[in-house]
Amino acid sequence: MRRLPADLVYYLCLAILGGSYVALIVAMVVADLFYTTPDHLLSALAEPKIQYSIKLTLISCSVTAILSLWVAVPMGYLLARTEFWGKTVVDTILDVPIVLPPIVLGLSLLILFGTPPGQWFQDYIFEVRYQVPSVILAQFSVSAAFAVRTMRVTFEQISPRTEQVALTLGCTRAQAFWRVVMPEARRGLLTAGTLAWARSLGEFGPIMLFSGATPMRTEVLSTTVWLAFNISNLEGAIAVSLFMIAIAVVVLVLTRSLGLRGTGIV
Amino acid sequence: MIDVDNLCMRQGEFQLADVSLHVSKGRYAILMGTTGCGKTTILEAIAGLRTIAAGRIVLNGVERTHATPAERNLGYVPQDGALFRTMSVRDNLGFALSIRGQPADAIKQRVDELAAWLQVGHILERRAVGLSGGETQRIALGRALANRPPILLMDEPLSSLDEPTRDRMVELLRGLPGRESVTVLHVTHSQREADALGDWIFRLHEGRIEVVKSGDPV
Repeated sequence: MRRLPADLVYYLCLAILGGSYVALIVAMVVADLFYTTPDHLLSALAEPKIQYSIKLTLISCSVTAILSLWVAVPMGYLLARTEFWGKTVVDTILDVPIVLPPIVLGLSLLILFGTPPGQWFQDYIFEVRYQVPSVILAQFSVSAAFAVRTMRVTFEQISPRTEQVALTLGCTRAQAFWRVVMPEARRGLLTAGTLAWARSLGEFGPIMLFSGATPMRTEVLSTTVWLAFNISNLEGAIAVSLFMIAIAVVVLVLTRSLGLRGTGIV
Repeated sequence: MIDVDNLCMRQGEFQLADVSLHVSKGRYAILMGTTGCGKTTILEAIAGLRTIAAGRIVLNGVERTHATPAERNLGYVPQDGALFRTMSVRDNLGFALSIRGQPADAIKQRVDELAAWLQVGHILERRAVGLSGGETQRIALGRALANRPPILLMDEPLSSLDEPTRDRMVELLRGLPGRESVTVLHVTHSQREADALGDWIFRLHEGRIEVVKSGDPV
């Protein structure tokens, strides 16, 4: 369809307004790229400390994404499909990690594991504070809230009618959930997992407070950037930043090609 | 046989009080009424999908008032078909059998038989999306009948179909009780559908059921 000049002006205004944000993102990445050289990049990434940080980041983000889905699926389903006493309170509590500055969550985790029950847990189950589990817990405390929100919307968009039909066809509640609801929620599940993973990748404040940034122990990429910047190693900070951008892009592209292509979800 | 005695339900402002209806074994009953009068609610209560405040539901002589939907052993065809979109048409048709752990060859035989009757053999391997309204309803009907339930509940199955498709579906449904030995309760607001199909015709009016046509053979 041929667009009229008036339409062109309209779409141009929209493109300029919306495109300014895209331009800002591209400009930042390009500026980073021009600040460093491939040699700097490779030498920074070859450092054992950064390689450990990359490994820990990839592992902790993946574990966090799985744990986030573990709670997001049942909670999202309950919020979407059921009415229960205290639902508004639960809903509000789940918004807390989204609206609070992440550093507050880190501080709260630190306090929690300093209380007698938290201390008991660390004494008899496993150590958390300033150890690898604290990195995962810090990431999880923020990421899971986003995963829950995504799964709730996903379940709300699936008609309860198919589940009801499955029940009349002989399914138990659990069978209807696994055989009918979950296959339909596949794309939302992938989105929630990706969101949790990506959110964990960028988590910084709670990790600094709750895990510290001990090299070769609890240092992840986001803290590496901060530490490198603090000792005026700007090239190192940029190298790690570019690497983080690259893995974020790879994850988004992979997710799309795995199942979200054309849906506009990611 | 379907027996509903003094069914009472309440949901917000909406309420049904002392609704009773009886459909004899192997008969085709129509439940009519205006939009929003509670026809679907009654159907869902019989299917076990809604909690009732009071009353009694007896299906094929067995009290099923508080049974789960699965225990009621009935077929249910919702208004929009509600096909399982992530499955093929074949898997939709065979779902009730596969969930009961029937052998694959028995499932295939029953699915092929239903597909031939419902004329959906050519789309059996397709995913259940992008189908026409008539195809959707025929598949939903076949899926509900696959396990040979003694009772079939249908919620306005023809309301979204064009006239020629609706006429073909009416022909298909007319022989249903005889072919599948099933007692049917079909909800509609179409008098034409009611006249064409109903042995019994009930009308739900202001929360009460009136018998418009009593169709048991003398």
